[in-house]
Amino acid sequence: MNAWLHILAALVLAPLIPGIINRVKARMSGRVGKPLLQTYFDLAKLTRKGLVESHTASFMLGVGPAVSLAAVCGALCLLPSPASPAPASFGGDFMLAAYCLGLSRLALILAALDTGSSFEGMGASREAAFSALAEPVLFLALLALAVDAPSLSLSGMLGQGLSGALAPERLFVPLLLFILLLTENCRIPVDDPNTHLELTMIHEVMVLDHSGPDMAMISYGAALKLWFFAAAVTLSLLPVQAMPPLAAWAAFLAGVALVAVAVGLIESSMARLRLLRVPRLLGSAGALAALSLVLTVWR
Amino acid sequence: MEFPHFEAVPLAGAAVLPPVLFRREILARVDAGWRMLALFGLPCPGGVGLCCLLGRDADGRLAFLRQVPAESYPSLTPDCPQAHLFEREVHEQWGIIPEGHPWLKPVRFTGCPARPEEPRPAPGVTDHFQLRGEEAHEVAVGPVHAGIIEPGHFRFQCFGEDVYHLEISLGFQHRGIEARLIGGPDKRTVHFMETLAGDTTIGHGLAHAALVEALTKTAVPARGRAIARIALELERLANHTGDLGAMAGDVGYQPTMAFCGRIRGDFLNLTGLVCGNRFGRGLVRPGGVAFDLDKPTIRELLSRLELTRRAAFGAAELLFLSSTTLARFEGTGRVSAETAREIGLVGPPARACGLPRDARHAFPLPGAGPKDIPMQLHDFGGVYARALVRRLEMEASLDFIHDALIGLPEGPVRHAPESGLPSGMVAVGLTEGWRGEICHVAVTGDDGRFAAYKVVDPSFHNWFGLAVALRGQQISDFPLCNKSFNLSYCGHDL
Repeated sequence: MNAWLHILAALVLAPLIPGIINRVKARMSGRVGKPLLQTYFDLAKLTRKGLVESHTASFMLGVGPAVSLAAVCGALCLLPSPASPAPASFGGDFMLAAYCLGLSRLALILAALDTGSSFEGMGASREAAFSALAEPVLFLALLALAVDAPSLSLSGMLGQGLSGALAPERLFVPLLLFILLLTENCRIPVDDPNTHLELTMIHEVMVLDHSGPDMAMISYGAALKLWFFAAAVTLSLLPVQAMPPLAAWAAFLAGVALVAVAVGLIESSMARLRLLRVPRLLGSAGALAALSLVLTVWR
Repeated sequence: MEFPHFEAVPLAGAAVLPPVLFRREILARVDAGWRMLALFGLPCPGGVGLCCLLGRDADGRLAFLRQVPAESYPSLTPDCPQAHLFEREVHEQWGIIPEGHPWLKPVRFTGCPARPEEPRPAPGVTDHFQLRGEEAHEVAVGPVHAGIIEPGHFRFQCFGEDVYHLEISLGFQHRGIEARLIGGPDKRTVHFMETLAGDTTIGHGLAHAALVEALTKTAVPARGRAIARIALELERLANHTGDLGAMAGDVGYQPTMAFCGRIRGDFLNLTGLVCGNRFGRGLVRPGGVAFDLDKPTIRELLSRLELTRRAAFGAAELLFLSSTTLARFEGTGRVSAETAREIGLVGPPARACGLPRDARHAFPLPGAGPKDIPMQLHDFGGVYARALVRRLEMEASLDFIHDALIGLPEGPVRHAPESGLPSGMVAVGLTEGWRGEICHVAVTGDDGRFAAYKVVDPSFHNWFGLAVALRGQQISDFPLCNKSFNLSYCGHDL
């Protein structure tokens, strides 16, 4: 029961995270901003809308969003809850989680290519290129966590906190996960989720041809993915496994909200990178991850 | 025929040259540092004769050249690239063929009145430049865009993320204003001028006013001239602020974007305080301005100007101190000074390449001194330079308005020109709008009405500059380059 509680929390609360980010950005620029619950309203509106499908597209256009959402949910099932292990947990499950996210992305990329639009092809190629660079960073960061973990599963690796009093190399891991959060969820400095300029978009341009319930699935999937990474960052920082359940839950939810605030602050204080510079950011993140792994093993 | 820019001269004073001499004369002058301000067709007995207006920035001299009516003539473009769009325009409007022009694509898709048998082409339907190859791909954007902007069609020939060629196809906003002006001036003329490009109301209004004043030899009262100059600079401030904000928005830099959106409104409100309309509609009229400023208004303007100045510079400082923004601006969308000179760029994009082209200096309005405002130059030629030139021009404009408000001369604000224009004259109105040099040329017929009225918005010169700036750039940098030029669609399409 407790294990499923986190899945339930994620499914219900995930659309709140884009709301928090938008609210922080609005406050930082002196506006009131959209309601915190705007994403819920949008999802409700989209599910009631009709579907417009391109005549030239195949079944992939419709299948993409559903597969993508299901895959993200699959990844979420492997993420431990603050007070108990994940509903599904086994040695090496972090690989499955990473590739669930990969499958989710692949489904959207195929759906984008299916439309045949030059914009969407461009977006798909950018998304594929950047996520290929982000993948090794994720694995190296998780391996650094795995070195001292009781088991080689996400449930064993996360929630330990930054144990070992002085372990500066461990501090890199939450930072790396945070960079991955920005990359995988198309936030500044990698992508600009608010832009209307098709030529500069990465993720948003891939979903231009989707509408109605399909679009709702994509937005919901994006919110869940954001939750996945925010939760991973929080769990890698906080020793929730050693806390009483209620305190663990409170610390966890506060942590996730703080990660959302941090994303909002970053988006209000810097410009996005030139597209060609993004690989450099991910390259340095990879180098940092390798360093962190080496230092952890060395100890 | 040479003349100073504020005088109207008789059309008969310009010798009608045969095509070979016409071409030789233009090329010789362009080589000597003259610039092509306008090239247009003038209906006259025996057909349509080409007229060319050239200007020299060093001393504000203009030269007006005429060619005998001809079906075709040797093209100027191969030796004088800045003529390329003018020649395409003349070909589209009058069917005169410039022989040897590299590509006579339609400019506004109006169809040619001289060739009524040809169907009018649909906007955007023409042959486009193509890049062949397995991995080259073409991206077409517009005319319907994702934001609320004017329609234009852009075609990128790309190899991966790199742009090899950008082709810009406009004409969707064509309203036929130049044709409607013929037979004027009438009651609508001024209103056409104020809406040639909606964000350049004062600029175009002032260019038209200068032209009519030159034709009617009207001396504008000093107070009226000063208020018009203040409005021109307020228009520049509002738009430059908006541009800086938009450029920040394109790179996702929120603080400056959010501030500038509001501050632009503050500057527009100042214009609203002067004449009751935030875009300055109804303010500038031939002979002066229609609204006077009383003492309380001047005090109010000065105090609000000070507040807005502080806010605007704060927002600009955030932009120029942000390393992530500068990383996007620097080295993006460069145009070399050589290219800018060849293709005839004007306005901030030209000054950002180090070309000292500013109509406020070269062709100052009568009654305004040639050095009434310092010119801002930079030589990087890229997005950064265009942003910095705007920032520096804002400072100069604010200082100018402050001094002009304090030292506002006494007297009337308008001396209405006599109705009726002299016949057979040529007159020119030149102002530096916020986007660049605005040139109006009018030729009056025997009946004292406009026989030809040519409007050259700075966008007409600069759109090609944007296409050149994007070569070898990332396609994702196009919106940023586009905003750094911020050209008008309807000012080009007329």
